[in-house]
Amino acid sequence: MDLTTNCLLALHLATLPMALIDWHAAFFLLFALVACGAAVMVVLTDNVVRMALHLVLSLGATAGLFFLAGAEFVGSMQLMIYVGGTLVLLVFGVMLTAQTKLVTLQTPPGDRVLAGILAAALLAVLVQSAVSIEPWRQPGRAVTQPPTATPLGMALVGVRVDRQPVEVESRPRSGYLLPFEIVSVHLLVVLVGAAYLARAKRRRTPRPIDVVASADPPPPVRQPRREEREAASVLVGGGQ
Amino acid sequence: MILAAVGSIGVTHYLLVGGLMFTAGVVCMAVKRNALGVLMGIELVLNGANINFVAFGSSYLAGEGRSPLGLDGEVMALFVILLAAAEAAVALAITLNFYNNHGTVDVDRADDLRG
Repeated sequence: MDLTTNCLLALHLATLPMALIDWHAAFFLLFALVACGAAVMVVLTDNVVRMALHLVLSLGATAGLFFLAGAEFVGSMQLMIYVGGTLVLLVFGVMLTAQTKLVTLQTPPGDRVLAGILAAALLAVLVQSAVSIEPWRQPGRAVTQPPTATPLGMALVGVRVDRQPVEVESRPRSGYLLPFEIVSVHLLVVLVGAAYLARAKRRRTPRPIDVVASADPPPPVRQPRREEREAASVLVGGGQ
Repeated sequence: MILAAVGSIGVTHYLLVGGLMFTAGVVCMAVKRNALGVLMGIELVLNGANINFVAFGSSYLAGEGRSPLGLDGEVMALFVILLAAAEAAVALAITLNFYNNHGTVDVDRADDLRG
């Protein structure tokens, strides 16, 4: 009996600090530190591969911030499109263009100093404007928010289910059907254009990397094929 | 201790994170000599703007009353993500083309149009 009471008391004391911690603030701090630190590391490092890795970390932590703000659909889209799509694209670009002298392109020190001054000025303006507005500093309230996937989908097909009917009456064309169509056609055009730009072309002048590559080994002498030899002999024979 | 200093999370905290990410992206675009580094800077800038959109649209972070943007912020964030993906595809194709033609990805060497 005594033991049970003691165990319950110990359990209660152990769980008490856990209940006191504001988990929203704790996870916000974690994700914000990872996102900002990785973004700064993208700037500071010169290695392209490490830049890509830090960009993955930064964008993933941003998805965590989106989840914390209650935008779970946007957060999952961030993970799928950015981390899953854009970064695969970027990593392929890094691998396709990675040569030893291109992996670390050094920035001149003068540019670094100038960029530091620019960054400090821009950051001062942004921090000042973010802190100075009073209503933005109010703490958020712990509301339970309904899932946003269905209202988002309805808004994209032109029906706003999140607004009151009075607001819909006053602003009838508040859906996003036209931007949705424009963006879909835009994506198609972009994919066709990217495939057109990146295709392998047949060129008259050799590329610089081909010249560099072919400088070391001598080009192999191409033996004429059998059909060509026969055709040449027929031509020669016809001439006689 | 640190959490007490932070206090409860509001829109301002998100704006600070977005502002720092935007600044990092601008510096990355200005400083990097690698074309892929410039591309990553653009991604950071768009992501910082996206954080602001989501923060203003979140009803969880709004203090009293409804959030000023509501669902529109999230819709805008979705459009920004889509356009960022499209822009990354085209910019990467251009970079690969430049690499095929010049044998480098150094943007300082891209001066063929200099008058």
